[in-house]
Order: sequence, then structure tokens, then C-alpha cells
Amino acid sequence: MSTIEIALPQVRKATVGISLRKIVYRSAAIVGLLAVWELAPRLGLVDSTFLPPFSDVMVAWWQLLADGQLLDNTLASLGRSLTGFGLAVVTAVPLGLLIGWYKPVAELLGPLLEVFRNTAALALLPVFVLLLGIGETSKISIVLYACVWPILLNTISAVRTVDPTLLKLARSLDLPPIRLFQKVILPAAAPTVFTGIRLAGAVSILVLVAAEMVGAKAGLGYLVNAAQFNFAIPQMYAGIVTISVIGVVFNQLLVALERRFTSWRRDQLS
Amino acid sequence: MIGLRAVTKDFGDFTALAGVDLDVAAGEFVVIVGPSGCGKSTLLDLLAGLTAPTSGQLLLHGKPINGPGLDRGIVFQQYALLPWRTALGNVEFGLEATGVPRRERTERAREFLDLVGLTGFEQRHPHELSGGMRQRVAIARSLAYDPEVLLMDEPFAALDAQTRESLQDELLRIWERTGKTIVFITHGIDEAVYLGQKVAVLTSRPGRVKRTVQIDLGNRAEVRDLRSSEKFAHYRHEIWELLHDEVARAQRLEVAR
Repeated sequence: MSTIEIALPQVRKATVGISLRKIVYRSAAIVGLLAVWELAPRLGLVDSTFLPPFSDVMVAWWQLLADGQLLDNTLASLGRSLTGFGLAVVTAVPLGLLIGWYKPVAELLGPLLEVFRNTAALALLPVFVLLLGIGETSKISIVLYACVWPILLNTISAVRTVDPTLLKLARSLDLPPIRLFQKVILPAAAPTVFTGIRLAGAVSILVLVAAEMVGAKAGLGYLVNAAQFNFAIPQMYAGIVTISVIGVVFNQLLVALERRFTSWRRDQLS
Repeated sequence: MIGLRAVTKDFGDFTALAGVDLDVAAGEFVVIVGPSGCGKSTLLDLLAGLTAPTSGQLLLHGKPINGPGLDRGIVFQQYALLPWRTALGNVEFGLEATGVPRRERTERAREFLDLVGLTGFEQRHPHELSGGMRQRVAIARSLAYDPEVLLMDEPFAALDAQTRESLQDELLRIWERTGKTIVFITHGIDEAVYLGQKVAVLTSRPGRVKRTVQIDLGNRAEVRDLRSSEKFAHYRHEIWELLHDEVARAQRLEVAR
């Protein structure tokens, strides 16, 4: 027993050491980018009017945070993209399961879905604005629309690529269709469905920001666009940095969720 | 117990099986051996009730087989384990289908994992197990819900030679202990002779039973290296002769295609 008690803290210290070094190593490129961003304008390599040093951008960011503009615009954007994204998940997953399960339906709709997926959602933005106006509805709708395709197509292919021997096994056990779905198809499809959801997460922010730049009175896309219009360049960059941070955080959250639901797969992949 | 009467199976204008006759007694270990593409797996699917014959009859206890059922358990070559479930969860899967109460399920699953020598591996996922261990889990799963017949479709084909031999011994031990009827499909002559009480040799396409050979290797416990015994060599040669022409014919068909 005593040896174990001694050994444990040592192991823990070692893993902390490794992960710390890993963190330093993995953030080196980002730190490097920020350093170049800071130094290039200061050394006169680029015009600091158009690319202010990173520290100036941070100061502007802090001011935006202090006067509440940043929070208001962020909440406006998040509300829209999460609503659109959430609606896409709750509609596209069940729909994908259904389409994937009925082979003739999948074959019938396959080409059409491919056409829609490969039509850039933003190309349809004018159509959405025409039909739904420039209010919240059209913005949420375009996010919903853009998020539906990756989820739908991944879910369909997830169902269609379930290991056929597992289906044969279920059949040999005379499993009723509902049980088959619940015990075999859903868990087998989960990893691929999650990949689609994660793609949709990235898409939701991408499309929303672009939509907000075209016509909006709030949101991060509006903030960036308005700042550029008023020649508030540091504020513009502050908005851009906020967007990319939100994108990264959202993606990490979805990755964590994915890991939780498909933990059996983790060691298999690594 | 199981009777096949002139069983024929066509897929379009391709005949996989043409008039297969075979009888399997209760508790018997029958091996079906044949060249590749002779319809062995089709035969097993028919016995499992996963497909229906084009003509002829498959009987279980004198009644025609008309669908899958829990009186027959299948062991697949590719194991067919659910990767998201542990070894224990996979064995329980079969029991869930039979409606065994939850508490009893775990108990039964443990018992059968123990039977195949996997005590201590209950919480492992399939990807943490070797091929041999995975197949043991699959065998435990099929045995746990207590089918009368075990249908095995080249279950050891993907394993290395040593693992295969040890699993063959294990299977014989399990068979003796449980008294199950086993229909075992293989393309290996050694495996057929070693395992079978009766070996049915199939012809190449279209498949039918060329001959059935009764195997009597005497008391297994008495012989140390059964595979090197004279009796074993005799049976091995007999089946080799029967198969030899079929393999050659299968290859000609393969080339002609």
C-alpha cells in the first residue's frame, strides 16, 4: 500500500509536466502570430492605420466590453446562431434517420440533397431577404438552412453505413424494428451524426456573420461592418477576434459533447 | 432434429444451392465443408431463417423454418460485436432480445463469459480484445440465450493458427458441456475433421452434398496429438480427395467467369 501512496503523486506530477509542455508547444504558433501582429505595425512593416498592433486592438476590445456594446452584439449573434443551429439539429437528425432508413427514399432524394448542399447558403441570402425581410426571421432561417445540410447528409450516410453484420445479427435475434433502431442503428450512427453537428456548428457562425454584414442593426457581423464603415479599425479587429474566439469555443464544446457520447470510440481512434 | 430436403436457392438466374439433403441429429456436431463460392454461407442463412429457399424444405423438429428465431444462435466470422458495448454488454444484448429480466441478464452474461474463459474481461470493449477473445464473446452471446442449435459461419477463419486451435478445443469442450447441436461451416479440412462428428462435403457451384463422412477419432482424451494420429490422417485424406475435384472445378469456373 505504502508504495502506491508514494507512487501516485509522482505520476500526477509527471502528467502535469507533460501536459504543460504540450500546452506551450501547441500554442506556440498562435503566440507567434500575435507577436508578428504586434511587431509588424510597430516596426513599420505594415501600415498601422490598417493593421493596428494587437495591443491596440485589445484596448479597443476592452472599451467595447466596458461600454456594453460587445456583450449586446455577441448576445444578438449567439441568440440567432444557436436558435438556427438548434432548430437544424432537432429537425435534420430525425429526418436524416428516416431518410437513411428507407433506402428508396434515400436514393430518390440523394441527388437533390447534393444539389442543395453544394449551393452556397449565402448565395441564397438575397432570396431569404426577399421572402422574409431583413429581420430576425430571415437571419435565423438562413442559419437553419445552412446547418441542415451537413447534419442531414451525415445522418443519412451514418444510417446507411451501419455494419451489415450487426444488422444481420439483430435480424437473427428477431429484434423488433424499434429495438433495432434504438439498440443498433442509433448508437452505431452517433459518431457520424456528431461529425455533421460539429460541421453545422462552424457553419452557423460563418453564415450568421455574413448575413449580419448585409443587413442588421445588431450582432458581431454588424459590429465589424459598422466599425469598418466608421473607420474604427481597432474596433473592427476586436469584433473579428471575438468571432473567431466564439467559433473556437463553440467547436470545442461540441467536440467535448461528441467525446462524451462516443467514448467507446476514443481509444480506438487514438 | 434438423432436416434439409432438396433445398435449392437461386439468386436471379444464379443457382447457389441445388438440392441439398442433410440430416442433423439433436446434440450432433456437423461440419459443412466446401470450396469457396459453393453456397456454404447461403446454407447457413437459410438455416438461420434469414432467407427462404427457392424450393425444397428446411425442417426443425419436423416443422418448416420460416424466419429467424431464438432457438438458433449464429456465430459470425466477423464476430458482429457492438463496438460501443462492453464484453458483458454484448452478451447481455442477446438476452435482452429474449426478455430475460435485467438482473438475471448480468448474472447469466457473467456466467457465460466465464464459460468461454473471459472472467476479468467483462468491462472491456471489443477493440480492447484480441480477435480470439472477441470470438469468445460472440460465442458466449450465442450460448447465453440458450438456443438449441448453434450455427457457426467460419467463425475461426480470421484467427491465427494457434488461436484457432485453442478455440477449436474450447468449442469442443463447450459442446460436450452444453450438449448443443452445432452446424459449423468451414473451408478448412483439418478443422472439419478435428471438430466434426459428421462432415458434409459440398460440391462447387451449384452446391449440393457430395457425401457425408462419419468421423470417429476414438477417445480424444487418450491421444496427445490428435492431428498427427493415423486416424486423423486417414479422414483428412478422404475428405481431401472428395474436395480436390471440387476445388479444381471451382477454379475453372472462377477463370471462366
